[in-house]
Amino acid sequence: MTSTVEPEVGRARLRKEDARLITGRTRWTDNITLPGLLHMAILRSPVAHARITNIDTSEARESSGVLAVVTGADLADEQGSLPCAWPITEDMKAPDAPSLAVDTVNFAGEAVAVVVARSSYEAHDALDAIDVDYEDLPVVLDMQEAIADGADLVHPGLGTNSSATWIFDSGEAGSGGNVDEALGQGEVVVERTFRQQRLIPAFMEPRSVVVDPTGEQITMWSATQIPHILRLMLAMTLGLPEHKVRVIAPDVGGGFGGKLQVTPEEVISLLVARKLGRPVKYTESRSESLQSAHHGRDQIQKLTMSARRDGTITGLKVDLLADMGAYLRLVTPGVPILGAFMFNAIYKIPAYRFTCTNVFTNKTPTDAYRGAGRPEATFAIERMMDEVAVELGMEPLELREKNWIKHEEFPFTTVSTLTYDSGNYEAATEKAKELFGYDALRAEQAERRAQGDPVQLGIGISTFTEMCGLAPSRVLGSLSYGAGGWEHAAVRMLPTGKVEVVTGSSPHGQGHETAWSQIVADQLGVPFDDVEVLHGDTQSSHKGLDTYGSRSLTVGAMAVLKAGAKVIEKARTVAAHMMECSPDDLEFAHGKFTVKGTDSSTGIQDVALAVFAAHDLPDGVEPSLDSEATFDPENFSFPHGTHLCAAEVDTETGAVRLRSYVSVDDVGAVVNPLIVEGQVHGGLAQGIAQALFEEAVHDESGTLTTGTLVDYLVPSAADLPSFTTDRTETRSTTNELGVKGVGEAGTIASTPAVVNAIVDAVRHLGVNDIEMPCTPMRVWQAIHGGAR
Amino acid sequence: MIPASFEYTAPSTVDEAVRALADAGEDAKVLGGGQSLLPVLRMRLAAPTALIDLGKIDEMRGVREDGDSLVIGAMTTHYDVQRDSLVAEHAALLARATDTVADPQVRHRGTFGGSIAHADSAGDLLAPVLALDAEMVVAGANGRRTVPASEFFVDYFTTAMDPSEILVEVRVPKHSGWHAHYEKFNRVAQAWSIVAVGAAVRVENTSIAEAKVGLTNMAATPVRARAVEEALVGQPATPDSIRAAAAHAAEGTSPTSDGNADVEYRQHLARTLTGRAINTAVSA
Ligand SMILES: Cc1cc2nc3c(=O)[nH]c(=O)nc-3n(C[C@H](O)[C@H](O)[C@H](O)COP(=O)(O)OP(=O)(O)OC[C@H]3O[C@@H](n4cnc5c(N)ncnc54)[C@H](O)[C@@H]3O)c2cc1C
Repeated sequence: MTSTVEPEVGRARLRKEDARLITGRTRWTDNITLPGLLHMAILRSPVAHARITNIDTSEARESSGVLAVVTGADLADEQGSLPCAWPITEDMKAPDAPSLAVDTVNFAGEAVAVVVARSSYEAHDALDAIDVDYEDLPVVLDMQEAIADGADLVHPGLGTNSSATWIFDSGEAGSGGNVDEALGQGEVVVERTFRQQRLIPAFMEPRSVVVDPTGEQITMWSATQIPHILRLMLAMTLGLPEHKVRVIAPDVGGGFGGKLQVTPEEVISLLVARKLGRPVKYTESRSESLQSAHHGRDQIQKLTMSARRDGTITGLKVDLLADMGAYLRLVTPGVPILGAFMFNAIYKIPAYRFTCTNVFTNKTPTDAYRGAGRPEATFAIERMMDEVAVELGMEPLELREKNWIKHEEFPFTTVSTLTYDSGNYEAATEKAKELFGYDALRAEQAERRAQGDPVQLGIGISTFTEMCGLAPSRVLGSLSYGAGGWEHAAVRMLPTGKVEVVTGSSPHGQGHETAWSQIVADQLGVPFDDVEVLHGDTQSSHKGLDTYGSRSLTVGAMAVLKAGAKVIEKARTVAAHMMECSPDDLEFAHGKFTVKGTDSSTGIQDVALAVFAAHDLPDGVEPSLDSEATFDPENFSFPHGTHLCAAEVDTETGAVRLRSYVSVDDVGAVVNPLIVEGQVHGGLAQGIAQALFEEAVHDESGTLTTGTLVDYLVPSAADLPSFTTDRTETRSTTNELGVKGVGEAGTIASTPAVVNAIVDAVRHLGVNDIEMPCTPMRVWQAIHGGAR
Repeated sequence: MIPASFEYTAPSTVDEAVRALADAGEDAKVLGGGQSLLPVLRMRLAAPTALIDLGKIDEMRGVREDGDSLVIGAMTTHYDVQRDSLVAEHAALLARATDTVADPQVRHRGTFGGSIAHADSAGDLLAPVLALDAEMVVAGANGRRTVPASEFFVDYFTTAMDPSEILVEVRVPKHSGWHAHYEKFNRVAQAWSIVAVGAAVRVENTSIAEAKVGLTNMAATPVRARAVEEALVGQPATPDSIRAAAAHAAEGTSPTSDGNADVEYRQHLARTLTGRAINTAVSA
C-alpha cells in the first residue's frame, strides 16, 4: 500500500468529474432512456392572469402518436398543493399552488395542459392543437401598487396581495438600541432606495425529469439540487408512501438555487407516468426555462442610516418589499429573511430594524438564487456606505474601516444576533488594496476628472460577509423553517481497501467527488484514486439535506470526516488484535497503524481484507469497516472578503468597461484551490451580470420580454475583465476542517463593487445612483440628467 | 424545442434549387447557414413544409473578381468573408463588419447571403452592403435579375425578393484604397447591434474626397447617412471636421425604442458612433 505523504487537502487537483461533465457523455437526465419511454410536452399560459373557461383537447388527442392529454381538472384530486417549507409568520398568507392550473392561471408560463406521446416531436405537434379559452383578469405587476388600497388581487380568496410582514428590531430583541432614537439623533442621516431587479438563474442544463412507475418503487430522475428533500416532499404532497419513492439526481448541470425546488414539472410527470403505467420524460426548452423556472431577487429596498460626523454609524433601518411572484414555492418567503441578518454586514451597528413585506404579483414565482437574500443585503449596505461616506466627505474605505469589527474583537455578536466566529477584515482589505494599486488608481481618477476626459474612471469597493453553511438546525427552527440543517455521510472501506464515500449533499457542478476524495484520502491515508464518492440517489445515499447555501463543505464534508473517524476506530481494534497489542498502543498516520515507539505497523487497507475475511476478529467486533455519521453545525460559517473594481465609463455613450477587478476572499481553510478559484470566478461573473447585464423584464400585460438568451444577457468571458483573485486564510472555528464555504462569495461581493465603481466614476457629474442593470442607456441618461 | 416536420432537399446547382423551390410550393423556404432560420423553426415561429438546403451548391460559395466588381457568393460563410484577401483589398468594410457578427461558431455556419436575405434591421452586413452600393443577383423561375441595395431592403425582414427567388450572389463595386471601419455598439460581445455605423472614405492628400456611411438598426431597413456623406466631402480628415459632419447622422432615421435604447439615445448613438467610425477609418 502507498501512503500519501504530501497532503491531498490544499492540492490544486483537476476535478475528476470534469471529463464526463464537459463532454456531456454522462447521465444528464435528458440522456436517460428506458424501455417504453413516453415523452411529455407542456402547454403554458400565454397570459399572466386569467380564468380558464374551456380547454378543448379533442383534436390533440387524435394527433399522431399521442397517448394522453391531461389538464388540471384531470389531476385536481391528486396533485395537492406544491409545498412551501418556510412559513415565516404564523399568519402568512399562502395560496393553493396546483402543479397544473385548474381554473385560473396566475403567471405567464404556468402549466395548463400536457401531452404525452411516443416521441417528443409528436408531443410538441399536438400542443398546437389544444384550444384554451381564457377570460382575462386584471394583472398585478407592480409591488407598490399591489399593496395600495383597492388594488386588484392576484388571489382574491386571500383578500390581499401581502403575504406576510416580518420584522426584526434590535431594541425588542435586546441585541441593540432603538433605531428611531438613533436616527432621530443622527448628525448625518442618509436615505436611499435601491431596486434589486428580477433575475433568472439561467443554469446551463435545462430542467429535466424522467419518471419510471413500473417497479416496486416509483423512480424519479431529476435535474435537481435536492433529491432528498424532493423525495420527502413528493411523499408528503402527493400522499405517497415515502419508501415507495426513489429520487435520483444524476449528473446535474448547474443550479444556482434554481434547482432548489419541488417543481410543477416533477409532480406532473410523476402523476402522468403513474396514470399511464409507463415511464415518462419531460425536458424543458430554454425558453420554458427562462419563463417558468423560478426567478430570483426582485426587491425594493429602502435604507435609512444615521452616523456621527466622525463617521461612526449609529443606526440602520431597512424597509423591504419582496416580490414573491404568483405563488410561494419551496423557500420563497424565507429568501428576504436570510438577508435580514446581513444588512449590518461586517459593521458594528448599534441599532437596527428590518421590516419586510412579501408581495404577490402575477409573475413567475421567485425563490433562491445564488446567495439568496445575502447579495441583496450586501448590495444595499455597501452602496449605502459609499453614499454616507460622500455625505461625510470621508474616504469610503476609511468609513468602512472605522465601523467594521476588528480582528481582535472576534467572536463578535452582531446587532442582528449572529455570532461571527472569526475574520480579519483588515488583512483582506490591505491585500486587496495592494493588488489593486488603489492609490495609483485614485490619482488617475483625479487626473481624468481634472482634464474632463470623456472616459471617466471609478473605483468600487465592496466588503462582505455572509452567513453560510446552512445551517444549525435549531436556528432554522427558530426561523420557522420546515427542516433541519444537518448533513449525513457514510464511509465504507471495501475488502481491497478501496473506499466508498456516500454523501447526502448533492453536487451539481461543485466538484464534491474531487474535494471529498481529497479529504478522505488524507484522513484514511489512502491514495486519492482509491476513493469513490457516491451521491444523489436516495437508494444509495438514503439520508441527506442536499446542496445550497454554501453548505456542502462546511456541513456535508464534516459528516464525511466524522464517518471516516469511526472507520479508523473500528480498524484500530482489528489492527490491535492482529498486532497483539492494545488499541491504545497504536498511532494512526498516513494510513498505517504503528505500535508507538516501534516500527511495527499494519496498513488500514490490509486491515480491510482481514475484516472481510473475518477469520480472526476480536470478540464482539462486526466484520465491517462501514460507518455513518450525521453532522449538525453549532453555528454558521462566515466567509468574508474585500473586492475592488475599477470601471471606465464612456461618458459619451454610457458604456461601462471593467478595467480591473480584485477579489481577496477569506473562505477559511482551502481543500482545493482550483475549485475555490472556479467558484470565485463563476460567482464574480454572476454578480457582475446583475450589475451590468441581466434583468427579467415583463411588459404591461405580464409577458416576459426577455424570454430568450438574445434578450436575457448572460455574459461570456469576452464581457468580463481578467480577475485578480487572492485569499487570506482565517480558519473557521466552528468546524474541524476550518472551512467556511465559497459557493456564493463572488456573487455577493461583486454586484455592489461594480455599481459603486460606476457611480464613483460619474458622481462629479451629479449622479448618485444608477438602477441595475447599469445599461449604457441608463448610465448615459443618468449623466445627461445629472448634468442638467 | 423541436421544429415541426418538413421535407428536405439539398440540390447541387442554382437551377435545381430554383426548380425545387417552385415545386415545393409557397410554404417552402431555402436554408442557408441556418443560424437564423433554425432558431425560428425550433421555437415554432414558422413551420415551412419544405426546406431547400443551399449548402451543397458550390457555385454559390466563394469570392471572385469581375472587372470593377467583386462577386461574393451568397453561401460564402462569414468566416470565409473575414479571411478573403479580395474582400480585404477591395471591400474592407465588409470584412470589418463581418468580424463583429456573433461568435466563431455562428460565423463558421452563417452565410453572407443568408444575412442579407434575412434582412434583420439589426444585422451587421446590411448597412455596409448599402453603403458600398452593392447589387444583389437573384434567381427565379424567369431567370436572373439584379437589384441595387437601395431597392433591395424593403422593411423589417422584408426584401425585394419574391419568396420563389434565391439570392445567388452579391456584386460589390471595388473600393480599393478606401479606408473603412465598422463601429458596433452592443451590450455583450456576441449580441446584435443596438446601433452600428459602417464608414468607408477615400482620402486625397489630407482631405476627404468621397465618403459612404451606412447605419445599422436606425430604421426598418439599413440607412445611408447622406447628410453626413455630403458634409464630409472636401473637408480635412481631422477629428473636429469629422465630428461636425457626424452631427447630421440621425437625420432621416426612424429608429425604434426598446429596452436597450429609446429613440433619443439611438439617435445620440448614431451621431457619436458615426464620428468614431469615420475617425477610426481615416486613421487606419
Ligand atoms: C447566437 C447568434 C448571434 C448572432 N449575432 C449576429 C450579429 O451580431 N450580427 C449579425 O448580423 N448576425 C448575427 N447572427 C445571425 C447570423 O449572421 C446569421 O448567419 C444570418 O442572420 C443568417 O444567415 P444564415 O446563412 O444562417 O441564414 P439562414 O438562417 O439559413 O436563413 C435566414 C433567412 O434567409 C433566407 N435565406 C438564406 N439564404 C438565402 C438565399 N441564398 N436566398 C434567399 N433566401 C435565403 C432563409 O430562407 C431564411 O428566411 C447571429 C446568429 C446567432 C445564432
